[in-house]
Amino acid sequence: MSHSTVPRSSTEAGTSEKTPVASPDATGSRKKPPAGKLSLRHRFRRDRVLVLMTLPAVLLVLVFNYLPILGNVVAFQDYDPYISDNGIISILNSPFVGLENFQRIFEDSAFWNAVENTLVLFFVQLVLFFPIPILLALLINSVIRPRVRAVAQAVLYLPHFFSWVLVIAVFQQMFGGAGMLSQLLRQNGYDGIDIMTNPDTFPFLLTAQSVWKDAGWGIIVFLAALASVSQDHYEAAAMDGAGRWRRMWHVTLPALRPVIALLLVLRVGDALTVGFEQILLQRDAVGPGAGEVLDTFVWWNGVRNQDFSYAAAAGLIKGVVSIGLVLAANKVAHLMGEQGVYKK
Amino acid sequence: MTAVIEKPANKPRPWAAPPRPAWEEEPSKAGLAGKAIALFLACLAILFPLWIVVVTSLSSRKTIDEAGGLVMVPKGITFIAYQELLSGGQVTRAAIISILVTLVGTLFSMAVSVLCAYGLSRSGSLGHRWILMTLLATMFFSAGLIPTYLLVQSLGLTDSYLALILPSAISVFNILVLRGFFMEISQELIDSARIDGAGDFRILWKIVMPLSRAVLAVITLFYAVGYWSAWFNASLYLNDQDMMPLQNVMIQLVQKQEAPVGLGQAIKTGQLSGLAVQMAVMVMALLPVAVLSPFVQRHFKKGMLTGAVKG
Repeated sequence: MSHSTVPRSSTEAGTSEKTPVASPDATGSRKKPPAGKLSLRHRFRRDRVLVLMTLPAVLLVLVFNYLPILGNVVAFQDYDPYISDNGIISILNSPFVGLENFQRIFEDSAFWNAVENTLVLFFVQLVLFFPIPILLALLINSVIRPRVRAVAQAVLYLPHFFSWVLVIAVFQQMFGGAGMLSQLLRQNGYDGIDIMTNPDTFPFLLTAQSVWKDAGWGIIVFLAALASVSQDHYEAAAMDGAGRWRRMWHVTLPALRPVIALLLVLRVGDALTVGFEQILLQRDAVGPGAGEVLDTFVWWNGVRNQDFSYAAAAGLIKGVVSIGLVLAANKVAHLMGEQGVYKK
Repeated sequence: MTAVIEKPANKPRPWAAPPRPAWEEEPSKAGLAGKAIALFLACLAILFPLWIVVVTSLSSRKTIDEAGGLVMVPKGITFIAYQELLSGGQVTRAAIISILVTLVGTLFSMAVSVLCAYGLSRSGSLGHRWILMTLLATMFFSAGLIPTYLLVQSLGLTDSYLALILPSAISVFNILVLRGFFMEISQELIDSARIDGAGDFRILWKIVMPLSRAVLAVITLFYAVGYWSAWFNASLYLNDQDMMPLQNVMIQLVQKQEAPVGLGQAIKTGQLSGLAVQMAVMVMALLPVAVLSPFVQRHFKKGMLTGAVKG
C-alpha cells in the first residue's frame, strides 16, 4: 500500500479498479490530518465502530453473493439432490464428471435456441427501447410549465414501481384473448386476437412491456444531464444564429453523450440478462420455442427438472461470458474516450 | 395526484408558463400542439389501462356483462369484489403476508444499509476501501441461480419467510446512494458532535439521518417496492400455497385465470364477476405504490444522481 497525503482521494477512487491505490491507511482525515502514519492499533481503536457498522451488510454479501460462487462446483459434478436434504452434504457426496455437462450443453439444441432468443431480444430491446427515454426526456425538458411537467413526470414514473406480475396482468387485460383489444374487435364484427400467446411477436410484446414499465423512469438520468447544461451555452448559440434544432444538435446532444455512453456500456455488459422475471412469467404462454432465454433455460433445467448440474453449467457459461462482456464494454468505452462504469 | 413543484412555489399560477429568456424564439403553434399531443398520448398509454382496471373492479356483474367484458365507462359503483376478497380467505391472507414481509423486510434492509453506508462514509477510515470493493464487486457478477438456490436450501430457509428477505436484503446500489449523501455532510459538524462526546451511533441517529431525510425516503421506497413486487423467491422457496404473498396469488388468479379459493361458487352463480375479482386483486397490488411514489417523486433525481456520481 502506498502512502498518500491526499485525504479524500480514496473516495474518488471508489469504483476504480486500475487507479493507483490511494490507500486509506496512510491518512487520518477522519479526525484531523495527521503528520505521519498512524499505527494500525490506533486506527483500529478509532474506527472499530465504523467497521462494526458495515458488518451486517458485509456478512449478507459474503453469505448470499460470494459463498454461492463455490456452489458452481456442481456444474462439474453429477449432482444428486436426493443424497441429503442439505445441499452442501449432497455436493460433498456427488461424483465429479469433469466437463461432461458442458459437452451435453453444447450439443443441446434447446440451449442454442435459448442463446438465439436471448440475443434477438437484446437487439430488439436495444433498438426499440433505448432511444425512447432520450426522446421523452427531450420532450419533458422542453415543457416549461412547472406543474404540467411535475404531473407528467408523476404519471410517467408510476409504472416503474409496478411488479412484473402486475404489468403482465395489465397487458393481458388489454391484449390477451379476452382483453380490451379482442373485445373491441369482436364487438365490431372481427375475430379477437391474442397477442399474449403469439410466439412470432413475442420479442416485440416484451419490448412494449418494458417500454410501458420503464421508459418513463429512464428519463431521470437524461433530465439530470439536461439540467446541468448551462443556459449560457444556449444563449451564446442563439446569439450566433443557431435555431432551435441546431441548438439541440450542438448543445443538448453533446451534453447527453457521456450518459448515453454509460448506459450503453451497462446495457451491453448486461446483454445476456434480458428480463428474467418478465420472461419466466410468460414462458409457458408462448412456449419455450420463443420464450426460452438463457436465464429461463437454467431455471427450467434446474428448478423444474431437478437437473442441477446441467443447469448450473449453463448458468456458469452465462456468468463467465457476462463478466467478459462487462469488461469488454468498458474497454470500448475507454477507447472512445468515455468514462464507462469504472475509471481507467 | 399530488403535483410536486420543483421550483419554489412563489408563482401564483403554477400551470402558467414562466417567461422565456429574451434570446429564445417563441415556439410555433404547430410545435406546441405536437408536443402537447405527444405528452398527452404518453400519459394516456399509462393511465388508460389503469382506468379500465379500476373501473372494472368497481363494476357489478350486470355492468360487466353488458359491456361485454371490460368496462370503460362506470355505471354505478359496487365494492362487492373487494368485500368478497377481503372478508378472509386466500387473498386476504396473501395481502396480510405481503404487507408484513414488506414492513419487516424494508425495516431490516434500511437498518443494514444505513449502518453500512455511514460506516463507509467517513473516508480514510480503517479498511473502508476493502469493504467498499467487496460490496462493489457484487455488481459485476452473479453466482448464478442454481448455486444460490442450493445455498438457501442448505441454510434451512426453505418454507420460511426469511427466504423472502435475507437473500435479496441489500442492494449495493442503494448503499452507494446513501453513502454519497452521507459523505456530503460536513466533517466539521460531525467532529464537533464528537467533541461533545457523541459516539458514531449517536451521530448517525441524531445528525446524519435527520439531515438525509430526502434520500432516506427514496431508498425506503425502493426497498419497499422491491419487497412488495417480489414473487420469484416465494415461488422458489415456499412450497405451502397458504404462505404465498399477494403477487404469487395474482399470478394464479389473473394469469392462470383460476378462481380464488372459496369464491368459485359465488362467481359461477352469484353477483360476483370473475373479471371484477381479477381487477380488484390488481388494484390491491398497485394501490400502495401508486399512492406512495408521487410523494417521494421530487427526490428521485437527487437520489439517482448522487449514486451515479459517487459510484
